[in-house]
Amino acid sequence: MDFFGPVLDGFGVVLDPTNLLYCLLGVAIGMLIGVLPGLGPAATIAILLPLTYGVEPVTAIIMLAGIFYGAQYGGTITSVLLRIPGEASSVVTVFDGYVLAKQGRAGTALGIAAIGSFIGGTVGIIGLTFLAPVVASFALDFGPPEYTALALLGILLVATISGGSKIKALIAAAFGLFLATVGRDIFTGAERFTFGNLSMADGIDFVPIAMGLFGVGEILYNLEERHRAASAPATVANVWPSRKDLKQASGAIGRGSVLGFFLGILPGGGATIASLAAYAVEKKRAKDPSRFGKGAIEGVAGPETANNAAATSSFIPLLTLGIPANATMAIIFGALLIQGVTPGPQLITEHPDLFWGVVNSMYIGNILLLIMSIPLVGLFVKILRIRAAILAPITALITMLGAYTIRNSMFDVMLVVLFGALGYLMKKFGFEPGPLVLAFVLGSLLESSLRRSLLVLEGDPTGFFTRPISATLLVTFVIVAVWPMIKTVLDKRKKANAVLSDPKVKEKV
Amino acid sequence: MRADKAPHVEDAPETDLPETDEEILTPEQLAAAWAAEAPEPAGPVANLVSSLVAMALGIAGLLLSLKLGLGTPAEPRPGMWPFIVSLVVAVLSVVQVVIGRAGGKDGEKFSSYSWYAGIGFATLVGMVLLMPVVGFEIPSLLLCFVWMRWLGGERWRSATMYSILIVAAFYAIFIAALGTTIPRLF
Repeated sequence: MDFFGPVLDGFGVVLDPTNLLYCLLGVAIGMLIGVLPGLGPAATIAILLPLTYGVEPVTAIIMLAGIFYGAQYGGTITSVLLRIPGEASSVVTVFDGYVLAKQGRAGTALGIAAIGSFIGGTVGIIGLTFLAPVVASFALDFGPPEYTALALLGILLVATISGGSKIKALIAAAFGLFLATVGRDIFTGAERFTFGNLSMADGIDFVPIAMGLFGVGEILYNLEERHRAASAPATVANVWPSRKDLKQASGAIGRGSVLGFFLGILPGGGATIASLAAYAVEKKRAKDPSRFGKGAIEGVAGPETANNAAATSSFIPLLTLGIPANATMAIIFGALLIQGVTPGPQLITEHPDLFWGVVNSMYIGNILLLIMSIPLVGLFVKILRIRAAILAPITALITMLGAYTIRNSMFDVMLVVLFGALGYLMKKFGFEPGPLVLAFVLGSLLESSLRRSLLVLEGDPTGFFTRPISATLLVTFVIVAVWPMIKTVLDKRKKANAVLSDPKVKEKV
Repeated sequence: MRADKAPHVEDAPETDLPETDEEILTPEQLAAAWAAEAPEPAGPVANLVSSLVAMALGIAGLLLSLKLGLGTPAEPRPGMWPFIVSLVVAVLSVVQVVIGRAGGKDGEKFSSYSWYAGIGFATLVGMVLLMPVVGFEIPSLLLCFVWMRWLGGERWRSATMYSILIVAAFYAIFIAALGTTIPRLF
């Protein structure tokens, strides 16, 4: 059949021994960094970018993807055992997971989380398999105006959804767009902001920015943030959940899969939001919501399933539209560009081996992760005992030597260190590095689409609103941009009303 | 309140004990505990300074873009798009100066531990400067040792031992196995 031919060929790509090995490497690294507090998946993928230079594109992306979804599995372990979320997407797991561990049911919590993660991940891959080609064929008709609108909306959503000050996130994003303009202008050939420096003519390289802002920035930040001493239990008994537990969790796993899948597709969405939403849904649906926070197994199953489904489905916008949905996807986008592959609607038809190879590798990766999180969980619990003080210089050395190997240039290593300092300072001053990197990656696409659109529309910006898709996207853009302001005004009014009515309430009481 | 805090008394006998660190916390208590442990926000001065730096960058971008020429929407010249982007940076920075004048909730105050990050940065720069001169082994060894002994609080013996092991492992991987051209002494 037309559809299943390439899909099946994709399995051939995955079963290539090199790809299998890199898949195993990716998920094992993902699981590890998920377990170890400190570096997250975005930082790890950034640090390991040099590793992808020497291999085929499909092999590289299989590994990077494995790190990303593997981290969702590993993050659970510290949440349950130590009450410290290994990843942001496992924060809500702490609420019930740690209580279960205190009740002597850590094994059950970890087992259910692993099974939920596996099911969520698998549902996500199946959804990805069927939805991605549909989205891609729909997007084939997109012209420059649609891409302009889509890139703008993507950047705005990522900036507004990130924690902290939204305006600062937008400033960071706009600055990322500015950095992307450095170098030769593709339309006129004029050199921009190179200050006559020849090595700047090709623009600022993505890799030092990502390695510095995410990798070194995070490493420096962790040096300051002393890890709270935590003693891990030596062993975890009985990871296989009982039939009763499974039955109790099955509803939550089902709902988490679907919810996570859809939240993962949205730009700015992803694993963290999916896990928060799943916890809220489970608590709302429960007959006795007071059980939550006291060891409700659904409180572990729902979010852990959802974050894996979302991690998988967040590949859809990247692989079908060429728009990364979050910071980690932005780095994978950059990795693809380095390999000479431009993600977009043509990817499925032009590089079917890459697309289906990566998608199908996720089945294998999830099976490997299930094995690592149930029979081998004891091994990862032991890893928790490695001290942060010993890990920090190792990650720093990997970054420094890795950065050198890209082009055998000390200048690149210096750039990485300087961007690292920038990343650290940005974090301290409340500017998220994520939107900057995302905007930097999308910068040239956005500018060239905008200029092509203006050529097509003969310089009339209102032309964007005459095309249905770009009009819808831009209207959404305006709503998302203006909504926080409206909300602030509404909140102020509410507060004013509350203050006015407050004395009466007091009198009544 | 007490009653529904301990629904299964046989499962969780600790719930009746007075509050300790090991106490089972409700999500709200846990969130409050995390909030108390989290570092203080950066504060109004940091907001003003960082917003002004951003504004200066935006204005510099505006001026540089003007020099490249703007053109018209129908025929944009190279400076048009950077001009728009710089304008966004500059305008939003002004907005941030005003909105964040009370300090806001973002960012983190520098603490005495921030020196650790500073020392970490200095050792990284030192490594970049030393590597072309004496190879990667000695700078790496020093970096590992400084980070473990002083930034990580390891003991002398373990810091020395682990530093040597780590550098040996890196030598084995990057030089012996992968054959990279990283500057080296041996």
